[in-house]
Amino acid sequence: MSFRIFTIRLVAIVTLVIATVAPSSAVEIEQVKSPGGIEAWLIRDRMVPLVSMHFAFRGGAATDPAGKTGRAEMTAQLLTEGAGDLDSQKFAAMLEDRAISLGFDAGHDSIQGFVKTLNEHRDTAFDLLRLALTQPRFDTEAVERVRAQTLAAIARDAENPETLARRTWWATAFPDHPYGRPVRGTVETVTSLQPNDFRDFVRNRFARDNLIIGVVGDITPDELGPLLDRAFGDLPARSAPIDVPEARFMGDGRTTVVNRTVPQSVMVFGNDGIKRNHPDWFAASIVNYILGGGGFNSRLMTEVREKRGLTYGIYTSLVALDHAGLVLGSSPTANARVAQTLDLIRAEWRRMKEQGPTAEELADAKNYLTGSFKLQLSSSMSIASMLVAIQYDDLGIDYIDRRDALINAVTIDDVRRVAGQLLDPARMLTVIVGDPAGLAPDESGAGGPATSPATPAQGG
Amino acid sequence: MAHRSRLTIAWLAALLAVLVDPIGIRSAPAQVFNPESFTLSNGMQVVLIANHRAPIVTHMVWYKVGAADEPPMKSGIAHFLEHLMFRGTKDVAPGDFSKIVARLGGRDNAFTSYDYTAYFQVIARDRLEDVMRLEADRMANLALTDAVVDPERDVVREERRQVVENRPHARLREQMQALLYLNHPYGRPVIGWDHEIANLTRADALAWYGTWYTPSNAILIVAGDITAEELRPLAEKYYGRLKGGQVPPRLRPQEPPPQAARRVELKDARVRHPTLTRLWLAPSYTAGEREHAYALQVLSELLGGAATSRLYRTLVIDKQLATSAGTWYEPDMLDLSSFGLSANLRPDADMRALEAAIDAEIERLLKEGIEAEEVERAKKRMRAAAAYARDELSTGARVIGTALATGQTIADVEAWPERIAAVTPAQVIAAARHVLRPERSVTGLLLPEPSS
Repeated sequence: MSFRIFTIRLVAIVTLVIATVAPSSAVEIEQVKSPGGIEAWLIRDRMVPLVSMHFAFRGGAATDPAGKTGRAEMTAQLLTEGAGDLDSQKFAAMLEDRAISLGFDAGHDSIQGFVKTLNEHRDTAFDLLRLALTQPRFDTEAVERVRAQTLAAIARDAENPETLARRTWWATAFPDHPYGRPVRGTVETVTSLQPNDFRDFVRNRFARDNLIIGVVGDITPDELGPLLDRAFGDLPARSAPIDVPEARFMGDGRTTVVNRTVPQSVMVFGNDGIKRNHPDWFAASIVNYILGGGGFNSRLMTEVREKRGLTYGIYTSLVALDHAGLVLGSSPTANARVAQTLDLIRAEWRRMKEQGPTAEELADAKNYLTGSFKLQLSSSMSIASMLVAIQYDDLGIDYIDRRDALINAVTIDDVRRVAGQLLDPARMLTVIVGDPAGLAPDESGAGGPATSPATPAQGG
Repeated sequence: MAHRSRLTIAWLAALLAVLVDPIGIRSAPAQVFNPESFTLSNGMQVVLIANHRAPIVTHMVWYKVGAADEPPMKSGIAHFLEHLMFRGTKDVAPGDFSKIVARLGGRDNAFTSYDYTAYFQVIARDRLEDVMRLEADRMANLALTDAVVDPERDVVREERRQVVENRPHARLREQMQALLYLNHPYGRPVIGWDHEIANLTRADALAWYGTWYTPSNAILIVAGDITAEELRPLAEKYYGRLKGGQVPPRLRPQEPPPQAARRVELKDARVRHPTLTRLWLAPSYTAGEREHAYALQVLSELLGGAATSRLYRTLVIDKQLATSAGTWYEPDMLDLSSFGLSANLRPDADMRALEAAIDAEIERLLKEGIEAEEVERAKKRMRAAAAYARDELSTGARVIGTALATGQTIADVEAWPERIAAVTPAQVIAAARHVLRPERSVTGLLLPEPSS
């Protein structure tokens, strides 16, 4: 999320929310339906006189046509750069003078938005949201400024070892699918995008039938209903169909090196995984927690950081998209120690595949994944985001109550079976950006100096 | 989301300066926390910030010691010890601290700054006692072996590679900080210089720990779903019985009056779009011309705190010379702080034109002054943002911990909205004229290396 308000960004960095787990009903979710038929989930919280709303429209950057990569993200940035009668500066002043935060962020599968406002300004906040959704201006000055900002960000991404490694990994994993293209776009596509492209995106995606809303704050259902109509009531009933195919993962055990003169290499590695609706989701979550998702308690962190001091951090996560699932990890390490670190990563990948977790590791993982769920109830916006995530994945309004039981039902046989299926060094893709030493010749791979990866072989 | 641990505040600040429009983060909130405070028999201060939204708590222990208290040749020892605090006590094996916290469904981490070092856990309220027992244990019983110290030193050097050496903008900031402070240890990086980190030993770490880690030099802050009646007996039970020695005074070399503007350029082949950053030596709440500390926050807000602020409007929108422009100011430093400005050059623009436009904007401010309405708008924004401070569980704990570790009081924190409200346009101009002078400044340019 590219929140613009400073405090929120700091929270995002510092509080390290590992989302996913449920307490016994610490919270009561109310389903609200507005007079105009807009539905939202609400958790009332009177602690601070404010309202936080998070919402999502299905269909994101993956709906950008191939020559218009970056369209969703640039649209997201431009929605708050002038709408209705308000030009960019007037719109910003309306927000800033009331300390309203309002913004949008595009992902592969959806475009998400948020509003946070003090109660005294909530009518204005929801009016501004309606303007942004239904009457964005796309003035030339704003478009050219955001274009310049985006091009600058693309240039920075291209030289940031971690971003470059991730981009190269995704491009290699999904060469023929929108997931292989950067959400932010390329220099060529961003240079060519025009206001009509942004208008197309707004017209196709912003509709009432693909909208998901979560609200937290000091507001009653009766007060929220009219506000929902105020913000979303003018949207068309139906969105355009989403025509994104299933993504075929092209992993075949290969390692690609992108040479850069930096003191430390960044490695990104992973193989295909499962989607959120898979019945083995929690077993896979437990396997990931033990392998590399559990921070200081994971096997990879123990072997690579704590025992050998090879890195400051190594992490894996399950990436669940609408059309693909992944187990994806990353770690930086000094150039001279890349080969040793890679060997350790592969050995742990294999050990987990072949032997699975121990009973003690399983118990620890269950304790963390169940016990830590309530930690995400730390701010109104983090709770609102949770409400959107539960609806997005269609987990049901009783999900929070059911979640502990779902996790505790996972058996040692389940995690061993799932580890065997989920992890596979032969399907793994590895990308290294830096100046790594000591790699076997067949691992120096496709990348010469400053190249992007060669077209991958068929596989996976 | 990255779960990078053992954060350095210097790294956070660098990240924030680059990623966001700076709005003067730790100065924002107040009067909403309504904390309670008491002192244990051994001198340890306890602060409680009640927040009953969810059955969770943030538990933090702050030590009033940081990188600026390090002796010569030992740069990085404050941060290195912070890492080593996770590497075992007489009763808890190396690495088990975080494992135990995770098994209890909690998360833990720590951070080091120039003026303080802090450790925290976020956890269910019924597990608070468990983490208090763990945290009190490592305040008194740290047990280190070379077998854990040696790999951890490598971890810190990897951290330095990751957050400084792999990032051109962080390398430049390190050079600028060293130029800004002619004599004060704020000129050294919090994480330390690599050649000195490489020589830090177990004995160095234990000497640091023995000198500074004592209850009378620590502050316990708990935020969340708990009352003072519940907290006090637990605090007495786990922290109150620890022996409280005295710590030495924090004696630091101070700055001489600055005499000349300084300038540094860093060229790197990986830089695509140049950046200009300028730092001015500035007062803080507790050092230098302290009366300017609140006015400087208002100045930072109206000059570069938002999209409608002067710099963004002039440099980004009107003149189209930059893709971003902002300012920041941290008043809560024990010694002289800095006022910062940064702008990223627009891809098709000229750096000399950008710098001239920045100079002209500052000149205009100093010569023509500020409209009263501009000051009112900035103050209104700041106070409105402060109303959000209680919405996040850990914000109050961080703000109050920082204040108490840098010579402020809880009353100061709670009075922040009133003191901001009282700032006048004349005070803002006086603060600007005091700080925004060439001889107080370091200008840093991050430039692309001319390619072959």
